[in-house]
Amino acid sequence: MAGRKQSADVHQKIRAAFDAFDYEANSTVDVREIGTIIYSLGCFPSQKDLHDFIAKVEEDHTGYIHLDKFLPAMTKVLQEHKFPPISEDLLLQAFEALDKEKKDYLDPEELTKYMTQEGEPFTQEEMEEMLTALADHRNQIHYKDVVSQMTIKPDK
Amino acid sequence: MGCGMGKSEVRLKKCERVTNSVPAIRAALLIQRWYRQYVARLEMRRRCTWNIFQSIEYAGEQDQIKLYNFFDFLMHHFTPASSERSLISHIFRVNEICRDAEWEKYFCYESIEVPDSYTGPRLTFPMTFCGVSKVVQAFKHKQQLHARYVLQLLRETWRLLRILTNISHVSTCHTKEITICGDLHGHLEDLLLIFYKNGLPSSEKPYVFNGDFVDRGKNSLEILLILFGFLLVYPNDVHLNRGNHEDHIVNLRYGFTKEVLGKYRVHGKKILNLLQKIFSWLPLATVIDHKVLIVHGGISATTDLNAIARVDRHKYVSALRPPKPTHYAADGCKTQAMGSNHREASGPAEGRRRVCSLTHHSSPPAQRSDLPRRSLHNLPMGSLLSWSVEEELKRRRRLAGFDQSYGELQRSDTESGATAETDEHEWKQIVDVLWSDPMPQNGCIPNEVRGGGCYWGPDVTEEVLGRHNLQLLIRSHECKQDGYEFCHNRRVLTIFSASNYYEMGSNRGAYIRMGPDLVPHFIQYQASQACRELTLRQSVGWTERSALRALREQLFVHKSDLISAFQEFDPNNTGKISLSHWASATESVLKLGLPWRVLRPQLVSSTQYGIVDYQMWIRELSITEPKLQISDTSILETMYKNHSNLETIFRVIDTDHSGSISFEEFRQTWRLLCSHLKTEISDEAIADLAHSIDFNKDGSIDINEFMEAFRLVDLSAHA
Repeated sequence: MAGRKQSADVHQKIRAAFDAFDYEANSTVDVREIGTIIYSLGCFPSQKDLHDFIAKVEEDHTGYIHLDKFLPAMTKVLQEHKFPPISEDLLLQAFEALDKEKKDYLDPEELTKYMTQEGEPFTQEEMEEMLTALADHRNQIHYKDVVSQMTIKPDK
Repeated sequence: MGCGMGKSEVRLKKCERVTNSVPAIRAALLIQRWYRQYVARLEMRRRCTWNIFQSIEYAGEQDQIKLYNFFDFLMHHFTPASSERSLISHIFRVNEICRDAEWEKYFCYESIEVPDSYTGPRLTFPMTFCGVSKVVQAFKHKQQLHARYVLQLLRETWRLLRILTNISHVSTCHTKEITICGDLHGHLEDLLLIFYKNGLPSSEKPYVFNGDFVDRGKNSLEILLILFGFLLVYPNDVHLNRGNHEDHIVNLRYGFTKEVLGKYRVHGKKILNLLQKIFSWLPLATVIDHKVLIVHGGISATTDLNAIARVDRHKYVSALRPPKPTHYAADGCKTQAMGSNHREASGPAEGRRRVCSLTHHSSPPAQRSDLPRRSLHNLPMGSLLSWSVEEELKRRRRLAGFDQSYGELQRSDTESGATAETDEHEWKQIVDVLWSDPMPQNGCIPNEVRGGGCYWGPDVTEEVLGRHNLQLLIRSHECKQDGYEFCHNRRVLTIFSASNYYEMGSNRGAYIRMGPDLVPHFIQYQASQACRELTLRQSVGWTERSALRALREQLFVHKSDLISAFQEFDPNNTGKISLSHWASATESVLKLGLPWRVLRPQLVSSTQYGIVDYQMWIRELSITEPKLQISDTSILETMYKNHSNLETIFRVIDTDHSGSISFEEFRQTWRLLCSHLKTEISDEAIADLAHSIDFNKDGSIDINEFMEAFRLVDLSAHA
């Protein structure tokens, strides 16, 4: 009984997030919004994870995803904790790894270099926005402060 | 959610736990993943905030129409002897001074003396570029223009507008670029910013202003005076389109009336009367090079520019009111009773449709079916068989008592039919261009959310543009986050020029520059200096907090209904219900179409394991610090819930705009509102209320003080 109720709650949660982007009220969303929806449900997929997920649920290259396919796939993701959050510690370690000179902050140029050249690179727009958000008045990114301020606690 | 479930190697892999250092590439991946998630969460919050503001805004507009129809209904159901009727009849009274010569006399400003102590600009007419620049400078320095000059300027404006046609035609020859601005809504700082960035209007710099100059912001009158000033100096290069807020009935509710009366205590009423006339003389549309149509709201399937060009636009003083039919009869007895399926209020839609961004909508794929919109699902059964626009129009006509007009006119069956239809058709043309909104689905349906005009689809855009040989429709009327937005395959462009419309940081404003190639170029801005430096996180936070405050207010005023709804899910009276029940109950009461579960963390602190202690929650929402000791607390709630309506009614009843009304008038106001709401409140309770509000015990009630007393103080609001 509890199990069924739990999955009903999970379904509700997924539907609510989906609905926020269902502009035409016909249970479909644009595929470009799927990332936002999945992230907002507390998951941390990589871009590759997203592409794989979309490939499974997209309606035949129409550019739309229907709730009928999204709901079971997303439920599975949540129940199996497929894209778990990144802990603060790990995040800090990641920033420290980029801070070669161990000065406890990063210059915009340093961060830009890594974010736009390594991993799953940022677009210029993403990069500019990140710098606006993270750089302080000295134009330095003090990542310890940033991480503690900006980590969003997952809700129950 | 969390890692640490499952087998240890899975755990290791999934959590990417490393003991020593994280190589740069993996570090980058982690940070990118984390940051993208963070931005997406913010985006979700922003979208919800936006929806909150929009739903509250549109819910308000619908109320206005309902209230208006309610007054109209009362007008036709009370005998001439009824005192209620005389109280509200003046809202329907046609401007009795309808002949031009008399108007000239009425607005005689020569007798108004300007004292030597006046330090504002002194204008001479005909208006010159110097004169209007002086006015702009004065307003920048927060000076006020003397009433004499205001009246003079308005009178000159009226004289000019009368000779303009309904549709202004503009051409981009001489390689002139045209600037097109959308809603300004009294935001003077935005207009000044546009002039700063783009230059003042002139014959080298033509402008089109697409309506909604007034209401909501605090400098509506200044904006009007500036725009009219430039219109007078450059009548061929400045074009004003009427918006749905250029309407005295809408102004009663949305702040413009209050602004004028507050700034001009002696001559405010005169100014308002003159403006009422001026608004009706504003042109309805602008066309550039016969190719680009600019109207404030939009179009409908029946929009016909030739018909619009022919109407007597000044007959439509308010787009909310159908025109008087042009036939009179000798005796004044009513012939037609109201239809048997008459309903008191318009707008049967229980749900509402969120008006959302259409930017991501590319060409629709073949297999998408046209499913009905959410709001149509909740219509009461049997009221209307089909949603044809003609049906809707007939119903509104009946409700508005179109055939009866103050009980003084008689319709003869033979003559009046044709006139009625022509007038009705004309009226619809005007309402549609001022009030309509685009929608993604094909078709054309009545705009239930606003209560006027239509929702029109991409097929209607193609048909109407095609029929008139046009290539682009530019409209305003809806706030857009980036100041502008395309839809309908880039054939419809919304332009909105009031930045921070909902709250600080809510949206940018924009204007269009367009040359002979008719390709629009956009310039975006945001008015406040401080605002531009807000990070994304901060500006979402600010806007969100005020949206949430507004939402908490709404929740408070509906708390009785909410408790009843919650109790339906709590038969054993435990005081607790599940989150899902909380969400559906709240939506069923507020009907705002919001994602309550997503909003829940910011609205409800008392949850545990998915259960809401609703009694505690409702207590948290309560008013503290009531300024009045009132015996019947439900009166307080009812009054606050309807305070916008109440204010509108007050202003209507306060016929001399003095700001105070007698006890008897107050009691009658209250009775009116109660019959509108179908609630019963005893005379004694009303008398109590009146006496407690009369703080200085002089037998009359100051409206401003009264309104202030009911401002909500919310304990749990974050600072």
